[in-house]
Amino acid sequence: MVEIEIDGTTLQVVEGSTIIEAAHQMGTYIPHFCYHKKLSIAANCRMCLVQVEKAPKPMPACATPVANGMKVFTHSELAVKAQKAVMEFLLINHPLDCPICDQGGECQLQDLAVGYGESASQYEEEKRVVPDKDLGPLVATDMTRCINCTRCIRFTAEIAGFMELGQSYRGERAEVMPFIGKTVDTELSGNIIDLCPVGALTSKPFRFSARTWELSRRKSVSPHDGLGSNLIMQTKHHRVLRVLPLENEAINECWLTDKERYSYQGLNSEGDNGRLTKPMVKQGGEWKEVDWNVALDYAAHALRDVAKTHGGSAIGGLLSPHATLEEMYLAQKLLRGLGSENIDFRLRQSDFSADGKRKGTPWLGMKIAEIGELDRVLVVGSFLRKDHPLIAQRLRQSAKRGAQVSVLHSADDDLLIKLEARAIVAPSQLPAQLAEVVNAVAALKGVAADPALAKVGAGDTAKKIAASLVSGSEGSKCGVLLGNFAQQHPQAATLNVLAQQLARLLGGRFGFLGEAANSVGGYVAKAIPTGDGLNAAAMLNTPRQAYVVVGAEPELDCADGAQALASLTQAAAVVVLSPFKSQAMLDYAAVLLPVSPFSETSGSFVNTEGRVQSFYAAAKPLGESRPAWKVLRVLGNLLKVEGFEQNSSEEVRDEALGGAPEFVSGLENAVNVAPNLEAAANGLERVADVPIHFADSLVRRAPALQKAADSAVPSARMNAATLVKHGLLAGDAVKVMRSGIQSDGAGDTAQVTLVAQLDNGLPDNALRVAAAHADTQALGAMFSVLSVEKI
Amino acid sequence: MALIDTINPLLTTGWGKGDAGWSLKDYEARGGYAQLKRILTSKMSQDDLIAEVKKSVLRGRGGAGFPTGLKWSFMPKAAPEKYVVCNTDEGEPGTFKDRDLLRFDPHSTIEGMIIAGYAVGAKRGYNYIHGEIFEIYQRFEAALDEARAAGYLGENILGSEFSFDLFAHHGWGAYICGEETGLLESIEGKKGQPRFKPPFPANFGLYGKPTTINNTETFAAIPFILGMGGEAYLNLGKPNNGGTKLFSVSGHVNRPGNYEVPMGTPFAKLLEMAGGMRGGRKLKAVIPGGSSAPVLPADVMMDCTMDYDSIAKAGSMLGSGAVIVMDETVCMVKALERLSYFYYEESCGQCTPCREGTGWLYRVVHRIEHGQGRQEDLDLLNRVTDNMMGKTICALADAAAFPVRSFIKHFKSEFEYHVEHKKCLVDPEVQRAGSGFFRASSATEAA
Ligand SMILES: Cc1cc2nc3c(=O)[nH]c(=O)nc-3n(C[C@H](O)[C@H](O)[C@H](O)COP(=O)(O)O)c2cc1C
Ligand code: SF4
Ligand code: SF4
Ligand code: FES
Repeated sequence: MVEIEIDGTTLQVVEGSTIIEAAHQMGTYIPHFCYHKKLSIAANCRMCLVQVEKAPKPMPACATPVANGMKVFTHSELAVKAQKAVMEFLLINHPLDCPICDQGGECQLQDLAVGYGESASQYEEEKRVVPDKDLGPLVATDMTRCINCTRCIRFTAEIAGFMELGQSYRGERAEVMPFIGKTVDTELSGNIIDLCPVGALTSKPFRFSARTWELSRRKSVSPHDGLGSNLIMQTKHHRVLRVLPLENEAINECWLTDKERYSYQGLNSEGDNGRLTKPMVKQGGEWKEVDWNVALDYAAHALRDVAKTHGGSAIGGLLSPHATLEEMYLAQKLLRGLGSENIDFRLRQSDFSADGKRKGTPWLGMKIAEIGELDRVLVVGSFLRKDHPLIAQRLRQSAKRGAQVSVLHSADDDLLIKLEARAIVAPSQLPAQLAEVVNAVAALKGVAADPALAKVGAGDTAKKIAASLVSGSEGSKCGVLLGNFAQQHPQAATLNVLAQQLARLLGGRFGFLGEAANSVGGYVAKAIPTGDGLNAAAMLNTPRQAYVVVGAEPELDCADGAQALASLTQAAAVVVLSPFKSQAMLDYAAVLLPVSPFSETSGSFVNTEGRVQSFYAAAKPLGESRPAWKVLRVLGNLLKVEGFEQNSSEEVRDEALGGAPEFVSGLENAVNVAPNLEAAANGLERVADVPIHFADSLVRRAPALQKAADSAVPSARMNAATLVKHGLLAGDAVKVMRSGIQSDGAGDTAQVTLVAQLDNGLPDNALRVAAAHADTQALGAMFSVLSVEKI
Repeated sequence: MALIDTINPLLTTGWGKGDAGWSLKDYEARGGYAQLKRILTSKMSQDDLIAEVKKSVLRGRGGAGFPTGLKWSFMPKAAPEKYVVCNTDEGEPGTFKDRDLLRFDPHSTIEGMIIAGYAVGAKRGYNYIHGEIFEIYQRFEAALDEARAAGYLGENILGSEFSFDLFAHHGWGAYICGEETGLLESIEGKKGQPRFKPPFPANFGLYGKPTTINNTETFAAIPFILGMGGEAYLNLGKPNNGGTKLFSVSGHVNRPGNYEVPMGTPFAKLLEMAGGMRGGRKLKAVIPGGSSAPVLPADVMMDCTMDYDSIAKAGSMLGSGAVIVMDETVCMVKALERLSYFYYEESCGQCTPCREGTGWLYRVVHRIEHGQGRQEDLDLLNRVTDNMMGKTICALADAAAFPVRSFIKHFKSEFEYHVEHKKCLVDPEVQRAGSGFFRASSATEAA
């Protein structure tokens, strides 16, 4: 610690901190533009100039480190004169057309100009005009307003991890721009809008739709990935018009993924595939809009009939992992009240062998913020950058400070993280490869590995990963993280056990990167089968008479969408509670109950670290839609199921959690199963990712995101050797089939037509075809053996 | 422009034969590489070597005049990876000495850099050469090949424990790449933009490693200093201003060119060596240290000696040693307009006061020159320069401000005349007579 004095007040600050940080610590504001606590120091705007005793010139507070005994004056004549001088320079070429600028009302330049600017300028030359840039569908530009603070440039390079923007030309003609003909395509691009202190970068979808002071603000929680990023929802006339990050160091820091920022557009989606706003029932093959009581009666009758004639187990409940805790809790209670144990929210999972053998609720195994403290990390089975962009971002920063990150996966997508080692193997080889790493670590540690793993030995790649994992010095922290792909894997339980063994050998921790907002919450809400109950895969494998679907589109959200569609279609009664409609739903459902998306209901998500985050509705329910917890409550009453007396979502939550804890209890990743290292697949194995903008029903309906680079049409990706082996060239149109089904034979449905594409990040004999997409849904299971033919 | 005259030649010893004396063989014949050999065979300690350089009071020839020995001593001893970088970006208007140094005697710079590498414990050096003097870059590459072949560069130089290699790197002509940290960014392959300091290059330099960066002439002086001893070198000049210095004399003199004279030589003597004023006209003003040094009126200049202290006392800077001589035919407003345009063009654009201020200055000077000046413009110019100076990342903003302030300070009446009468105080015909450019065209007219 060093002692310094700012404006006459003495304070202790950490050595190495800068004047601006010290001032911040004592609550003194120093005007600034280029400085941002998460970015490197550029010291280019010069707005933060302050006087430092003995220094002949004013010093930039953002870049000047404190020194013991330093005396700083932030408001002295010298300081204020310098600050005003800089403000004058900033304004001479600024358009000053705030009334028509989208940033008006929330502009740092506008705010500071009030304090440091003069009412008239002596600059009477012509102002600079800078051509706008095309940064893609999400970020609008008005480059004449740019003050060249380079925050956006530093963000894309340092946080998003890829140099996408730069400053071209020099002097007065300096311009911020992307590479010629390129757009800004990171999954975090929207953050540059928040960072831009002026109106140079604004939200393209939001553009000119409202003035900021007309907007109401509500805190909320992201319904997408397992982080539960904190949001500020901005509404006008009960429509969400913009979403901004609510800073929370423990979760999303001050960032949002583009998915979280722009998915709100789906909340306002219209048309055949848009919001469902009226209850509907199918009568004689015809859909009719009806009153709520008619629809609810209809649903209750249908379910009661099936339960009566076929028993409760003839009903299956498929719950979206993006549904709220309250919705899941009431849904499982309703199903159990009807005598069904067939309840699941783990729709993309395919291995349920750990059920009943878990010691608790699987979770991240640590706090989100603790990921950034890991020194040695192994990420297993994860499209990390797209599945968990903000965790990737944390690891990116860790790698820069010296943490070693290794990857074990079936695709070598560029994570924009400096990797220490990587093993890219076909999906069926993932368990054996992880077992090799366990063996190699055991060998390095001089302890005996699990004898069950002996037969796989340890190859060079595994040894390299192991060497990195054990290379940390005394007290360094190791972590093994299992991604979505690992959780969806047909040997997920084995991967779980192996990670558990590995963490034990390393004295580190392991956990699951929660796929969805309520991947932990679903367990807590008891939305999983017990006893003889059928899990998500089983209740589709052995079709039921009736299904209750809450918030999901099973044909896109399940591990085998084709099978889900078939099972739902054959069912006598499908009751759907959904904020959206779709053609598929109209085909298989008997009744459609319009329920509120997260923005129009109160509820809770339990994030991947077990944190309970409750939120209120940001807007009134659209049309006749109603919060799903209320709909389920009424259904419970109609079906005379006990325990449906709750009067608020808080009551439901408190019942589900036994109170309102900050973190849920019972989090535990250990399972008690024997590892199974038999590689099942043989042939051309499918590698299925869930593209970031197709992962759930809300984001699939967000138009701007659907235009982004990440929403490209799925292709059939193979490495060069695999292309050659199948006599293909990149660009060929190909027929991709589930193995065993010939192009002329039966089961014609299990084939899709795609364009072959070269992807040398794939292992041999792997064919990457994205899941969760209408174009590939017919292909069925995410993990399967495929064949490919040139058309 | 080759050397025309010299007093006490050191740096220019080998220049006499023009393009014929640059080779390694010639340099060795003049005693070249003897100092490197002596240091390596005697295993001279780094501390002793730096002490010798300190004794010479050699001050950086790139512009700031920082004591070289002191700069070298800032290099952290323990760091495993360090660099020595030579600044041959030479973009300051009026300066043309470094390119002649490399053209006529590249090996003195090479030897100086190797010795510097030895002194600071660096194994690698780069020479950043201005992009618009490509043939000099080629000359330097040729000299490097010679040195490498002779074993002066590479592993275990001359059988010693010391290894050092040196590479040439050419820029593309941006003035800002001469600023030392902008230069380092440029070598790293980035846009040439100065870094905020501290940290200084001695701690965080090329690729983030400790780096010593000096001007070409600074390095070239090293072998001579070690040859004659630090004290003798100091005594060539005057206290606190050791040795000899190259001056690039340009403008209205009869023999523009590079002149090597001892520090402390009277300006009058230098002017005389340069053949005196062209056409016998009257001296009006001199910019004594490159375009960013404040201009001095004739009478002040005639009282100066050519060294850091004397010029500083007179209110300007010795800078890079570019002496721009202006006679009575010069319109000071027009001259300033040209200078201001240069800084407006060359600002890198990072910092607000420089990015916005250089353009503002140029536009106001431009409109004064073009008869659209206003009464308040001179105060405005002073205020804008005041708002720029000392508020930016590098010294370019100051460099842009100094000419404006000094031109207005010393030649205010000319500016006022322009504003008031919307034309030059110096009759255009007189200007025409004084300018080589104009004269050439009138010759055409005559023919
Ligand atoms: C805008 C600007 C341009 C500069 N250009 C040069 C140059 O062309 N050559 C040079 O040697 N130094 C130049 N300098 C000075 C260098 O930053 C640095 O001080 C010098 O290279 C140090 O070497 P020395 O100590 O040997 O003088 C420039 C400085 C500034 C601010
Ligand atoms: S666009 Fe905005 S964030 Fe980027 S440099 Fe310009 S002002 Fe700064
Ligand atoms: S003072 Fe000018 S040239 Fe120097 S860093 Fe700032 S903008 Fe660039
Ligand atoms: S905030 Fe310090 S220079 Fe920009």
